[in-house]
Order: sequence, then C-alpha cells, then structure tokens
Amino acid sequence: MKMQTSEMKLDGNAIAGLLGEIFAVEMTTAKGTCASCGAVNEVGRVEVYVQAPGTVVRCPACEAVLMRVVRGRGRYWLDLTGVRCLEFAEG
Amino acid sequence: MARAALLGRLGWQFGELVELVHETPRVASLYFNLPMWPGHLAGQHVDVRLTAEDGYQAERSYSIASPPEDRWVALTVERLDDGEVSPYLVGELKVGDKLELRGPIGGHFVWRGADDRPLLLVAGGSGVVPLMAMLRHRSSAPHKAPARVLYSSRTLADIIYREEIDRLVAANDGLSVTHTLTREKPAGWSGYTRRIDAAMVKEVAWPKAQAPAVFVCGPTPFVEAAADLLVGLDYDPLWIKTERFGATGGPGG
Amino acid sequence: MGFISRGFKGRRRDTASSSRLPPGQYLVNDFPVLSAGPTPRPNLDKWTFSIEGEIDEPKRWTWKELLALPADTVTKDIHCVTKWSKFDTTWKGVSLDTLMQGVETAAEYITAFSDGGYTTNLPLEDVMDGKAWVAYEFDGQPLHPEHGGPARLLVPHLYFWKSAKWVRGIKLEKEQHPGFWESNGYHLYGDPWREQRYWGD
Repeated sequence: MKMQTSEMKLDGNAIAGLLGEIFAVEMTTAKGTCASCGAVNEVGRVEVYVQAPGTVVRCPACEAVLMRVVRGRGRYWLDLTGVRCLEFAEG
Repeated sequence: MARAALLGRLGWQFGELVELVHETPRVASLYFNLPMWPGHLAGQHVDVRLTAEDGYQAERSYSIASPPEDRWVALTVERLDDGEVSPYLVGELKVGDKLELRGPIGGHFVWRGADDRPLLLVAGGSGVVPLMAMLRHRSSAPHKAPARVLYSSRTLADIIYREEIDRLVAANDGLSVTHTLTREKPAGWSGYTRRIDAAMVKEVAWPKAQAPAVFVCGPTPFVEAAADLLVGLDYDPLWIKTERFGATGGPGG
Repeated sequence: MGFISRGFKGRRRDTASSSRLPPGQYLVNDFPVLSAGPTPRPNLDKWTFSIEGEIDEPKRWTWKELLALPADTVTKDIHCVTKWSKFDTTWKGVSLDTLMQGVETAAEYITAFSDGGYTTNLPLEDVMDGKAWVAYEFDGQPLHPEHGGPARLLVPHLYFWKSAKWVRGIKLEKEQHPGFWESNGYHLYGDPWREQRYWGD
C-alpha cells in the first residue's frame, strides 16, 4: 500500500515553540533515536502533523510515531515512548 | 546575545507596529518595536497570538524577515483569502496597534554569518522570508560566504523583495540570484519559466565538491521536491536544512 | 481583562445559542481536514473490513462485498473535539447493525482499527441500534482520502475522533483498551453534550 506525501506534513520547526514551552530549552537541534527503527534525527528533521486533535511527530525514516502532544484545560499530555533516547545540550 | 536567543523559557510579549510596507499585492512586511526582544538569528520565527473580544484566540507562526542587526523585528506575511490571521495582519492591523508574539523560536533552521561555507538558498513563494533574513544578515557580515539563490514565484508581481534582491546582487559581492516563474512568461524575462526540476537545480546549485550549506523553505511539496533534487545531485542530506510551510503560510502549519 | 487584538474577529464562528450546538463548539461551513499522519492509499482489490476478537468466526468483507450490502443514507451533525461542528452532513454507508447481524459475542467494547495504525475504542452498544456506520460516501460523492476514504467509521453522537478514518475493521473486546488519542489525554468516551474532551472531564 502506498503512502503519499501529504501537504499536511511539516517538520520539527513547526513544534519548536511547543517543545520550547515544555522543555524550557530550544529543542529543534536535539537528537532523537527512533524506538522503532533506531534512526537518529535532529528534531528539526522529523515529520510533524499539527492539524489533528493533538500534535503527532513521526520518524522521517520509518513513519513510526515518535511523540504525541495533547494540550487542553491547562495541561499537557506528552507521550515520548516512540523516542528511545533524546539528546540535547544543557542550557 | 546570540546564545541568549536560543535559550530560556519563552514568554509572550507585545510589539507595537511602527511601519507597514506593501511588498506585493498580497504580501506586506510589518515592522515591530519590541522592547523585550532578546535578539535573534537569521532563519528563526515567531508565534503570533490574536485574541478576540470573546476570548477566542488564534495562533500562527511567521518567519522573521529582518536580520539580527536591525532595530525593528520584521515579519513578512502573505494574506490568504481564506485565512484567519493573515487577513488581520495584512488588512486590519494599523501602525500603533499592538501584537502579541513569542520568540525567537528555532535552532535548527538558522544561518550564522560566521559560517563560511558556500550558501545555497532555495525558496518557494513566501518561503523566501527566512532566507531573506539570511541574505540581509550576510550583506552586513564582514566576510561574505559566496551565495546562490534559486527563488520560485508564481508571477513577476509575486516576487517578494524584488528590488532589494536586485540591489543585493548589484553589490557584486559573490551573490547570484536565479528566479523562476511558474505561471507567467513576461516579455523580456531572463529567468526560468517553469517549476523547479533536475536541470534547473543542476545549473544553479553549487557543485557537490563545494559541500555547501543549503536552506530550503516553502510549501511542503516544493520543499520535498527541491530536497529530493539536491540529493539527486549527490548532496549529503545533512547539508540540507528544510522548513516546510503549512497551509497558513508559516512554519506552524 | 486580558489583551484584546483590536479589530480581530476570527473565523466566522456561530456560537449563537443553538440547541443543536454542544457546549464549547462553533459552527463551520467548510469541512476541516485533520490528520495525524500520511494519507493511506490502499489497493481496493486487497481492501477488507473485518470483525475480529471475541467472535467464533471472524467476519470479513471485500470492498465489492461491502458495497453490495444494504446501505443507509443518513444526515447527521458532527462535532470535532477541536471545537468545530458541522450540521447536516450526508453520508452513505453500511450500518454496524447490518455488519453485526448474526454475531454472538460476550464483548462489551470494540477497538476500531485503521490503515496507518490509528485506533479508537468504543462501548459496543455505542455502535449498535442505528448509531454507527462504515461510511464510503460523503455528500453524494465517494469519500475522499483526506476525509478518510475509501471508508471511515461514522459515529456522530460522539466526538469525531471516534469516527476512525481509513477504517479496516473492529475488534470485539471484553475490556476497554484506550485507543490512539484516548491513551494520550483524550476522554475514554467522548460525549460532546457533556463536553468530555480530556481525561478527567
């Protein structure tokens, strides 16, 4: 089955603001290891879908879900289980 | 100052619109006085937040058009017919009005003047905005890396910053700009008149031996096509940084 | 009173006190597209819809078989958790009552599953008795891929994230298993009339 490039697909630049809110440091240069396929990518290079009930971040190599973020009623729900390891510089 | 631009928890701040410049029939540049602005890097963006009287809020991201050394922070916005925020920014907002924004945001898609690698900038439509911040920053850098630009627009009238780009090229400091128009073939036009393709990219891009720093920005299909074409020239994907604009004309989708 | 952007009105939002609008929703005239991933484009020759799980013999229909089943054309209001509602949307599809005909099961819940990995959970009774369809036409036209075509689940009485796009089947379960959004902050049930958007609502 073919998956086609969706115009809805953005990249990690689109969640720079959101991740900056959550982590308090700039995250688009953070490196994430995909828990599914092991690919390592800077957050700036990952696939991001923002037109959804939440934000979904996918591995550019295998499309597995890396991260999910939902915001509502003053809370965040953050699922990072798709990222085996996140490496980023100290502040 | 540049380091501070990348760190720290971001907060919302207010800017006052001090000038509005119409660039093309649908595009305007807005210049803001932001007293709390910590400085920024070329390529970064801001989040803009509008609040209606009943409390309804809309947020969008816009690339910063001004270079770090400018006094005012400039955004260049295309008014989308079915947009929610862009018709307010380009059409309603007046000099003296305040705008709530947060930034600067982004650390991946940035270019620093000290980077002396040959530069390749590939722009689709309003994707030229963050790349223009880079070109403006380059023009005041003491040692200018040689730069090539490939800029795709629909028609002649849609080319944003056209005269300023011509002036930057006329400075003869190692910058060359190639335009392509996808919906028009004006009389006497010396640029390309088609969508970007392998032949065009091969003629414009640096040879791969130059290992350039590449920035590609525009709508997702444009960015993916351009990036694929460059990888097709044997460019290392790690040289290429991309920023995809969503349907709202900014990095946030 | 917080900051107000002078002159900003936002998209035309009918929040007028219509008794047809659940709390916190506004009315739209277009049909926003929401997506959590690339749009699947399955091969219809290989497409199937199945009922699996707590069932003696799993049931399966090919695309042609699904289209040959008796179908309903229904007009419904739909409500997205991102706050837009759309009135009088018209769909054609096969009722879950038709698909579940003759099925005996001890299951009280289902998980609907889709191409691309999306899942959503529902009580079985919320997809029976004329409350749910496998829909393949919208507004008289084949359902467009960006809206979930070839077929999506349609469960209009709950928030629209339960109407799984690109649906390929339902799994009958004795216990409830939170789906893609329900496991990440969204309400397990999702009744728009009680504004059940998030955990704890």
